Amino acid sequence: MISRIWRTRLAPYALILPGWLWLVIFFVVPTLSMLSVSTMTGNDLDGFKQTFHLSTYSDAWSEYHTQIVRSLVYGLIATVLCLVIAYPVAYWIAFRGGRYKSSLLFLLLLPFFVSFVIRTQSWEFMLDDHGMVLGTLRTFHLVGVMKTLHLVSSSGTILQTSTAVIGGLVYNFLPFTVLPIYVALERVEPSLLEASSDLYANKFHAFRKVVFPLSLPGIFAAVLLTFVPVASDYVNAQILGGTKNTMIGTAIETEYFTNLNYPVAAALSFILMAVLLIGVFLYARILGTEDALEMAAA
Amino acid sequence: MSAIAGLALEEAYENDHRPVTVHKPKRKGFLLPIWGWLVILWLSSPIVVMIVFGFNDGTGRATSTKWNGFTFKWYQNLFSISDLTTALGNSITIAIFTTLIAVVLGTLMGVALGRWKFRGAGSVNLLLFANIAAPEVVLGAALLSLFLTLNIPRGYVTILLAHVMFSIAYVVVTVRARMSGLDPSLEEAARDLGAGPLVTFFRVTLPLIAPGVSAGALLAFAMSIDDYIITSFNNGSTQTFPLWVYGAAERTGGSVPPQVNVMGTLIFAFGVIVAVGGAVANRKRA
Repeated sequence: MISRIWRTRLAPYALILPGWLWLVIFFVVPTLSMLSVSTMTGNDLDGFKQTFHLSTYSDAWSEYHTQIVRSLVYGLIATVLCLVIAYPVAYWIAFRGGRYKSSLLFLLLLPFFVSFVIRTQSWEFMLDDHGMVLGTLRTFHLVGVMKTLHLVSSSGTILQTSTAVIGGLVYNFLPFTVLPIYVALERVEPSLLEASSDLYANKFHAFRKVVFPLSLPGIFAAVLLTFVPVASDYVNAQILGGTKNTMIGTAIETEYFTNLNYPVAAALSFILMAVLLIGVFLYARILGTEDALEMAAA
Repeated sequence: MSAIAGLALEEAYENDHRPVTVHKPKRKGFLLPIWGWLVILWLSSPIVVMIVFGFNDGTGRATSTKWNGFTFKWYQNLFSISDLTTALGNSITIAIFTTLIAVVLGTLMGVALGRWKFRGAGSVNLLLFANIAAPEVVLGAALLSLFLTLNIPRGYVTILLAHVMFSIAYVVVTVRARMSGLDPSLEEAARDLGAGPLVTFFRVTLPLIAPGVSAGALLAFAMSIDDYIITSFNNGSTQTFPLWVYGAAERTGGSVPPQVNVMGTLIFAFGVIVAVGGAVANRKRA
């Protein structure tokens, strides 16, 4: 009997253990090791020594604050664009999808079956100076308009501009915005809409007073799911943005692989993580929602 | 990356069984469907480009931006770039090993977290959330700093270690969701009828949580075969498919050999067939 009780008590720990160990060894320990590397001094040839050199952080900030700020700004713009584009799509599928909801979602998710790198590279191919996008714009004489709006470079190209980078980011992460909003809208009881129309609310009022507030948790989750990967992405910046639009990820990569300056690279990674985590938690705090974190985790 | 995708799809399939909305607006607008279809069109355009340009005739060093006529020759010479073939092979075997390891470890964790309340469960959940929420570049950089500190040479094995690390949490999440929706009396019945814990697990629990396990497996496979950022920090000189494509695009200033489009198309077709097949199978079961 006693052994049976012990067995049920210990069973969860035994089942957790292997996966937990894997995560501790290859996720927690590396993060701590990176923290320790970030305060070391030395160079690649003579090796690095722990000297608790905290000014690496201020050095990293002063050298790369442009990239850090740019990552946050691009992240913000892309997230807002994603929300504006995604909300109507999520609404459409949730309320008008009927029997085809899962088929429509599946179409929306098709890009995920193609490698992220190929998709981004495919955009480079389409946005090329002789590519199909600029060709179409030229046919309709829209390049001049886009020049005045500063959406294309002064020579009329798209690649190497912030438009291309933000466009690529919005493209790649849009499904992450649609899905949580869709899930939240899907949970809205249709009878609530009927009730509001029985109470003489017109469509717009019903949306503003009923549907939109109920979809807020989905919007919070969408912001988290979009902003974090967008702000830390560097593939789009590197493929579509050239050297003038680099983001923080590029800086981390360059410090690790080109400059072999591991402390600065580690410090940059920590700054990125700290900025994002503080942002995420402040955001969740201000909006007073645990739903957001829960939905983001699910 | 594509993790959330699988989760939402799974949710959509389940929601499909909900009764169809009673609410029918009297006047249906046409703006929403137009917007929706435009977005779908926009999202699929690079896929169309990829598929079409896999059939484009040309010299073969890089995909030409012009249409030069239809050809099957890239399908016939699919494996003529040996580095690319090696990279694709690495990607596929790493994805298979990652899936196997992550599914076993993740299912065990998911079962435990979904079934029991125990001291420490909260901190395990937090660990999983942190793992999912952490930016990829940080995960990759942290692992690299560990390997550098311990002087571990990077290559095939370190890529595999990294891929399992970022896949486990997603398997746990899908299995845990399935597990907490499970009626515990089914397992109790099996135990009352004399089945031991192992028999109960393999004959009762596992078949019941199979959809969660297979969704997790699909996610792990998809994330592993597609990963660029974390892999690029831990690959040493070993190449994977996304890494090779990225390198080729950088070398040639944006153009990749047509074989890349063909391989992309084949992976795309395979993924779609598996996902649709899985959905149909799930539907039949339900």
